[in-house]
Amino acid sequence: MDIYASLQVIWWLLLGVLLIGLAVMVGMDMGVGAILRYIGRTDLERRVALNVIGPHWDGNQVWFILGGGAIFAAFPLIYATAFSGFYVVMLLLLWTMIIRPVGFEYRSKMPSAGWRNAWDWALFVSGFVPMVVFGAAIGNLFQGVPFHFDWTLTSFYTGSFLALLNPFAILCGVLSACMSAAMGGVTVMGGAQGAIAERSRTVSRVAWTLAIVLFAIGGFWVAHMQGYVLNQFPGAGVAQTPLQQVVTRADGAWLSNFRAHPVLWLLPAAGFLGMLGSLFSASSERPLLAWWMGAVAWIGVIGTVGCALFPFLLPSVSHPSQSLTVWNSGSSRLTLAWMLGFAVVFVPLIVWYTSWAFYVMRGKVDPDQVATDEHAY
Amino acid sequence: MHDITVVDLSRLQFAATALYHFLFVPLTLGMTFMLAAMETVYVVTGKVIYKQITQFWGKLFLINFALGVATGLTMEFQFGTNWSFYSSFVGDIFGAPLAIEGLMAFFLESTFVGLMVFGWHRLKPGQHLAVTYLVALGSNLSALWILVANAFMQDPVGAHFNPTTMRMELNDFAALIFSSDAQAKFVHTSIAGYVTAAIFVAGISAWYMLKNRHMELARRSFRMSVLFGVLSTAGVITLGDALGFVGAEAQPTKLAAMEGLWKTESAPMPFNLMAFPSQEKQTNYGEVKIPYVLSILVTHSLTGTVPGVDVLEQRAQERIRGGIPAVSSLKVLSADPNDPVALNQFTTHQKDLGYGFLVKRYADDVTTATDEQIAQAAKDSIPHVATMFWSFRAMVLLGLGMLAFFVLGLIYTLRNTVQYKRTFLKFAVWMIPAPFLACEAGWLVAEIGRQPWTVYGLLPTWMSASTHSVGYMVFSLIGFVAVYTVFIVIEMYLMVRAIRKGPDDGNGDAELDRGDLSLPASRKTLAEA
Repeated sequence: MDIYASLQVIWWLLLGVLLIGLAVMVGMDMGVGAILRYIGRTDLERRVALNVIGPHWDGNQVWFILGGGAIFAAFPLIYATAFSGFYVVMLLLLWTMIIRPVGFEYRSKMPSAGWRNAWDWALFVSGFVPMVVFGAAIGNLFQGVPFHFDWTLTSFYTGSFLALLNPFAILCGVLSACMSAAMGGVTVMGGAQGAIAERSRTVSRVAWTLAIVLFAIGGFWVAHMQGYVLNQFPGAGVAQTPLQQVVTRADGAWLSNFRAHPVLWLLPAAGFLGMLGSLFSASSERPLLAWWMGAVAWIGVIGTVGCALFPFLLPSVSHPSQSLTVWNSGSSRLTLAWMLGFAVVFVPLIVWYTSWAFYVMRGKVDPDQVATDEHAY
Repeated sequence: MHDITVVDLSRLQFAATALYHFLFVPLTLGMTFMLAAMETVYVVTGKVIYKQITQFWGKLFLINFALGVATGLTMEFQFGTNWSFYSSFVGDIFGAPLAIEGLMAFFLESTFVGLMVFGWHRLKPGQHLAVTYLVALGSNLSALWILVANAFMQDPVGAHFNPTTMRMELNDFAALIFSSDAQAKFVHTSIAGYVTAAIFVAGISAWYMLKNRHMELARRSFRMSVLFGVLSTAGVITLGDALGFVGAEAQPTKLAAMEGLWKTESAPMPFNLMAFPSQEKQTNYGEVKIPYVLSILVTHSLTGTVPGVDVLEQRAQERIRGGIPAVSSLKVLSADPNDPVALNQFTTHQKDLGYGFLVKRYADDVTTATDEQIAQAAKDSIPHVATMFWSFRAMVLLGLGMLAFFVLGLIYTLRNTVQYKRTFLKFAVWMIPAPFLACEAGWLVAEIGRQPWTVYGLLPTWMSASTHSVGYMVFSLIGFVAVYTVFIVIEMYLMVRAIRKGPDDGNGDAELDRGDLSLPASRKTLAEA
């Protein structure tokens, strides 16, 4: 493989790493928001739950921002086409997401019960909706999205907003929401005590069970739907546009990579085992192990999605031959190389200081301290 | 083809959300450093009052910070959602600094801001101070990379157009990040943030002094802020001059519009202190001129000149005619990237490609463009003069006003008489909006001045937008207005409430001291009282 093709594949892998980081780190915080009203019955209980993730949600959220930035830098055509094509859905994601930082910071600034109740609902919406949208967007990738380009490579999206909310996409959305709710539950178990931790455990167990069922149904569905086949293109590592290839659709084509490389079956297996492992660890009161097993589940699920689609990133259902792939939507060699350099230096650094931040704030949140601390959420 | 209404609505939405975002950014940039300075004094001297000062201003900082983070998310999305052609056309270059911002700066700022808030009990004073400095470093590095990205739009260096991939591609990373526009703009903008924070702290401290509350905290905070303010304002003005100097080279149309320079004049050029420019008639009404000054300002000499609108339009026409064969050959290349005739024609004319796009707005098949269409496109190449002229003057006037304010404040505080200067203190409270207005005016100059381009000379704004329907744009605009209005109302309310309540030092308004849910509901109204 030549250098450019290798860089394209490395960035495809890095994109996977970032999406996993996003799903695990942002997903757990959103999960806490989504289940907040159930696990916390009193105001103090809810504040304890919020303060479990309080010191970290902002840092975690950067995985989301970095995910956006990295797609922009490494696969600009994907960023441009997907973000504009999914316009209304993206706005839904954005508007619900931007309530979250405000909700965290402002909720406990006023003593009024009505005020806090309103923000609890806002945190529910901003925890639940984005994860559904995240999953639904991925679900749409499997089915293809109606878009095409003119000769200047201006993209045109020809579908409706409602078409994006089809049954398979909703299934993926609910799967993603279940996984984050489960991770949220596990996180609160690790950082709180008593009734909140108990209810969080219940949430985790229910949510993981649902996730296992949904992941299985989703897999069965994907195996039988029409996938995409790249029949002819200028080649990997060759500078090109999406106007120079031939793509066809075929039943079961999304499994072709798994047929060609059976070792890839380890990914869906990791998905199932992670979910099961997290379910059992949560049941037996081992939240830390349950968290790590949940992370394995996300690696398995996102890895499965990526490997099923490869080399496609954004297939076009209306003009299959203009589908976007790893080979035709990436940045130039120089940009990918520079970006790789920055990622190699900074990602380990980020992991290191994030771990330190978690280490400093380790242990259970003390309800008495939350009640008196000027700085608590 | 693009619907021009959609392009205009996309511009309106971007301008509105960006200007709104920038209400919160400067305060974050400056407050993080002021907090670090305040906490340094605490750690070095061990005086508890400085811990109180740090924590109080930290609380106000966080109310502002939440909205900065929230509205920043919009910006990260919006290039893709609303400017999709722009994003794919220059994403190879423009995306990189945004991603690096996330990797290098935003993670740093956001991870440590959590520890800054929650870490007071868990970290040693020295450790906490280091955390505060890392937050300041993170937020300022963040500004650096965003402004590197913006500088590429203003002065696209380090990149070339690749006809095989039909987009701009990076060819010199160092040129991109060390672009003189990026350097000058980063320093100018981040220091403008320090000025904003300084006025914010000075104004609120002045209000406490007027009310005779928290005198210790107010006097010390005021002194630190005016010192910080004098240095920062001087820096902003110096770098603003440098930026103008750099900008004059890179964007002659912006400079001509800023100065209301319709006709090219011979050196030494006079400066229009006041004028009422008419875009249609291409002339100024009610001009007040100061001789020699424009040459000194923009060329730093008495013999330098810069071209006026008349010459610039002429140049644009020539380049449009050169750009037409570039666009038509590119169309052939999009179908067959190896067509030798088209490749040859493209190579000859590629430097004018962007100008060819400029006329494509009026003639989709550019080879059929008439003289009128070319003249119209050339007229488009001049930004709106009156807006530029007055935004620029508003920014400069506010900047000079703030410098005078800080100098006066410094004299008073050094003489220890500031608490008796009631008129000055009242004035200080009214100064709080000034830096915010100046920052917004500055962005108007930078961005309206770059029109009709998103990437100067390369990519016209009209081509950059996503191809949405008007209905989608109306929907998203209404959504943003609704969400952002609710946000600003809540933010202002909480900010004013926190300021009225003051620090918990026992000599504030005890009624408003922190309550919990056990407080009777009637207390709710106290904040509004």
